[in-house]
Amino acid sequence: MLISHEWLRAFVPHTLSPDALRALITAHVATVDGMERLRADLEPIIIARVVQAGRHPNSDHLWVTKVDDGSGTLLDVVCGAPNVTEGALYPFARVGTVMPTGNKGGILIERRKIRGELSSGMLCSAKELGLGEDHDGILALDIDATPGTPLLDAMPVGDVRYDIDVLANRPDLLSHYGMARELAALQGLAVVDPAEVFALDAASGALGFGDGVVGRVPSAGGSSVADRHSAASGGVTIQLDDAAGCPRYMGVVIRGVRVGPSPDWLVQRISALGLRPVSNVVDVTNYMLHGYGQPMHAFDLARLAEATVVVRRARPGEVLVTLDGVARALDDRMTVIADAHQAVAVAGVMGGKETEVTEVSTDIFLEVAYFSPRHVRATRRALGLNTDASYRFERGIDPAITPHALSIAAQLITQVAGGVVDGQAIDVGTAPIERATVIVTPRRVERLLGARVEAGEISRLLSSIGFTVTARGDAHETLDVVAPSWRHDVARDADLVEEVARLRGYDALPDVVQPFRPGSVPDHTMHLTGRRVRDALVGMGMFEVHPLPFVAGTDATHTRVANPLADDEPHLRRSILETLARRAEYNLSRRQGDVRLFEVGSVFAPRAGQLPVEKVRVGVLVMGLRRPAHFTDPTKDVFDEWDAKAIGERVAELVAPGMRITLEPGDGTPVLWRVAAKGGEIGTVERITLDKPVWASEAFGIEITLGRLASTPVAAPGTHNYSAGTPGRVVAKGHVTYRPIPTMPAAEFDLALLVPDGVTAAQVEQLLRRSGGDLLECVELFDEFRGAGVPEGHRSVGWRLTFRDAARTLREKEVDGRRQKILRTLETELGVRTRTA
Amino acid sequence: MTLHEFQQACDALRADAPARIAAALSLEAWHDVRSAMVGRKSGRLTELMALLPQLDREERRDAGAAINTLKLALEAALEARKAELEASAAPALQRDLTMPARALWRGAVHPVSLVIDEICDIFRELGFTVALGPEAESPWYNFTALNFPDDHPAMDMHDTLYLQDGGVLRTHTSPVQVRTLQSYAPPVRILAPGNVYRRDFFDATHAPAFAQLEGLAIDEGITFADLKATLAHFARAFYGERTPTRLVPSYFPFTEPSGQMEVFFDVGDGRGARWIEIMGCGLVHPAVLEAAGLDSEKYSGWAFGMGPARIAMSRFGLTDIRLLYDSDVRFLEQFA
Repeated sequence: MLISHEWLRAFVPHTLSPDALRALITAHVATVDGMERLRADLEPIIIARVVQAGRHPNSDHLWVTKVDDGSGTLLDVVCGAPNVTEGALYPFARVGTVMPTGNKGGILIERRKIRGELSSGMLCSAKELGLGEDHDGILALDIDATPGTPLLDAMPVGDVRYDIDVLANRPDLLSHYGMARELAALQGLAVVDPAEVFALDAASGALGFGDGVVGRVPSAGGSSVADRHSAASGGVTIQLDDAAGCPRYMGVVIRGVRVGPSPDWLVQRISALGLRPVSNVVDVTNYMLHGYGQPMHAFDLARLAEATVVVRRARPGEVLVTLDGVARALDDRMTVIADAHQAVAVAGVMGGKETEVTEVSTDIFLEVAYFSPRHVRATRRALGLNTDASYRFERGIDPAITPHALSIAAQLITQVAGGVVDGQAIDVGTAPIERATVIVTPRRVERLLGARVEAGEISRLLSSIGFTVTARGDAHETLDVVAPSWRHDVARDADLVEEVARLRGYDALPDVVQPFRPGSVPDHTMHLTGRRVRDALVGMGMFEVHPLPFVAGTDATHTRVANPLADDEPHLRRSILETLARRAEYNLSRRQGDVRLFEVGSVFAPRAGQLPVEKVRVGVLVMGLRRPAHFTDPTKDVFDEWDAKAIGERVAELVAPGMRITLEPGDGTPVLWRVAAKGGEIGTVERITLDKPVWASEAFGIEITLGRLASTPVAAPGTHNYSAGTPGRVVAKGHVTYRPIPTMPAAEFDLALLVPDGVTAAQVEQLLRRSGGDLLECVELFDEFRGAGVPEGHRSVGWRLTFRDAARTLREKEVDGRRQKILRTLETELGVRTRTA
Repeated sequence: MTLHEFQQACDALRADAPARIAAALSLEAWHDVRSAMVGRKSGRLTELMALLPQLDREERRDAGAAINTLKLALEAALEARKAELEASAAPALQRDLTMPARALWRGAVHPVSLVIDEICDIFRELGFTVALGPEAESPWYNFTALNFPDDHPAMDMHDTLYLQDGGVLRTHTSPVQVRTLQSYAPPVRILAPGNVYRRDFFDATHAPAFAQLEGLAIDEGITFADLKATLAHFARAFYGERTPTRLVPSYFPFTEPSGQMEVFFDVGDGRGARWIEIMGCGLVHPAVLEAAGLDSEKYSGWAFGMGPARIAMSRFGLTDIRLLYDSDVRFLEQFA
């Protein structure tokens, strides 16, 4: 919402500086996001005093002056103004100044000779500074200022425009009048009545094309009412067929207008907001929208068939070319204004091109209505057309101002464009003015704010912004509060507590950290697990990433976003590795081959007609050098599947602490291993297929599920289900139990086994453990070999077996006995023999 | 053989060892000494161990322990001598110690996670725990329960991504408030970090998915004064003790009164210090408490929401938000 400082001051005669106003509005009403001095281009202009003025020796109209610009050195300046006076102050452009907007805009002031006399700078006229049309002489400043002071600091020149972030619940602030109500309350001032402001504005300048004759102006109450749904006056009939879309519709006929440029005062108001002046009639409607908050529309009456205005739903297939020249297909969800034959405007959104007021228009029909917020919202969404009018209607304008706004607007139009009002204001329908009573007490205010505010003060604050407050009860402590017609956002006492808090100022409320009881909610286990996994992976040299979770999937396998931003990636990922693979390719395309990425995040599996199943998973992708290159080790080892397997095992242990983790071989396309905890599959280790350059090494991925995030309702609306929560603090399962460090020596031996193809290391190892007996402490595979000395169809695999008795030193004979037993079992059960045997 | 004799033999070996080990002046000599003392075939220690079976059963345990200790001591002394010899054997000229270290890869936590962690750490000191909720949500949790008026302009702040089979991608972390309040009785003090989604174009300053962090405190007697003081405490802890803070009015359907916390801070964008909004906040709207089955006359509380990605951008000097998503290793390694 753009607000002009000067316009606002016309409503509230405050004396705040722009900075102070900005701070005040931000602290109590809405954040002022920006502040722009409209004549910031005047910043380089300073005030200077002409100390001495004498005739130019070579000219009969020029002067040679001595100018004090505050620098301490008097400057020689040649000046052509007839009014230059010794001792007077003038705006001055020093050498090096780029001239501001004006008839010398953009010109660089240089030291130069004018008819032989040196001139260092320029004394400026109003026209040269864009401050008026006066070019008869330089601008004498009737102020008290030290030479050298910037002009902008010394006097109010030009308007200031604020950009205020008006929030969705406060449409009443979307006008200068609305903002003025708040400012007046904060400053203890009264708001000037809009009619008076507009009259003053109109009287402040030339009247443009208008002849100043005021026609018969409809008064607020004096309307022609036949029944509530149709009425006629001034030769126009209004028929209200869609009361839901348009609760109240008013209009008036003005005949004999002369459409043309607006007078200066109107142009100034409109352009202070950055709007382009169009014509006197249109500018008045914009002026009313921004000044009073009432959008309105003027039709060229000659173009309304049969001088009839019908408010109805659009007919299917109806097409309207709107003011912006676009042909819009309408449908029956939309309310339109129509003449006897066809739609001429989209109600509350935009008028039609055909009936636009133009320079040839003489008779106009001025529409001022209250359109239903819901209908306007639906219509503008359907059309994708957002206008200043729709913005206000859909948030809800003040339903009580319709007649008053019509009256003011009609006056203004007749003043700036001439013409006379024909007949009376036509008024159909009834706008809903909610008058609910909300009760608030000082006790409730204190309970919520933590500060006592007396009933009288609450009453004063609320009354200052238009609320009607009635005190009752023994101590007059129960306040019945009725909101003004422009406030649709107040439904409960909490809303009134906010009004009290902000009007006093949040900063004025106490800061008290209250003692707190420990909360009942334990840390979510998946948060704890996620942290544990993250820290471990970072320790392994991985980078945590948070890519966008959108992918190009298929509707059968992936959850589709109904309204995706990018049509090439309309699905939600169902695995983390899907997104990590794309991120790896992104890095490869930037010639980065050492990629170690991981993410802990959500994945989604579609379920027909329901929310997708959402799981939190950790995904890891590794490729490239296993560790940074070093001069001692020129062989550049890259990550392989065995690294991936180790990461998979480690992550699984962290995700399922204390559980037995197993990695079952997959077929390698792409699953290398299926990771299971206590036998249940929790993830995979995979070979990742990438679109990659030839120099890139192989990529491997690990993806393991942390758990599921339930999206089903916890309890029915308005109820709770405390059994759904996890009670108490959550600790990672599987606390470690200490095993004593052995004091007895171990006995070890190595086995080089010839393992026939088809027999797995896991099978051999299982057998080693089974046949090794209780004292077998550790089985470690340390070597695999094929080739010379190993028979065809076999491989040689080396295991080291460690035996230990916690209580005594083992004898060699005992160990040897076990060795023999192990070898016998291996041979009989798996056909595995020792290589030397 | 008696235990006494066995121990004498051990002691002799122990006494003899230091001198013999010190006498090894080269690595070759060291290998010889090692074989003679602990070698598997003919070392004196090995010989002594072979004598163990001759001892009585009950003596054998003590003897075994003694010889084990001796073995560890000898091996340690031998290793130490070997290291000395190796150090002196290497010609000093060939060892340029300015050569680079054999480095390990250094991993990194994502910059947005760094910010989330820091925020959580501050609130943890105030008794907050971490709660999570689904990103694919029902409209009831995302909007209705949070007091969003049906089809209201307030929804425009939440340009929503809808899912094909019903549901939405949550537009904020606030649904976690309702889920938590339905699952746990007050007092509740939680943080809810997580991804949220908006139908925004992916450009230098917008992303369709980004991190948000929600805070919620519900109990009897929680007031706006508590909200103000707690959030100001946070802002000073996060931005520096002397950072000016202010709380100004704002609007969210699910809080009333609503505010935004601002800090006077130089985000490093060249525009100098100014008031920067760091979070939206407010007292939880009674309608939200009621949606979760709580008595809004008895319980009150406050909530806040903040955007760790924006904070990360200003903190780390990022000018393009896409850096946080691209996963370029040259970006990520800077946070190692």
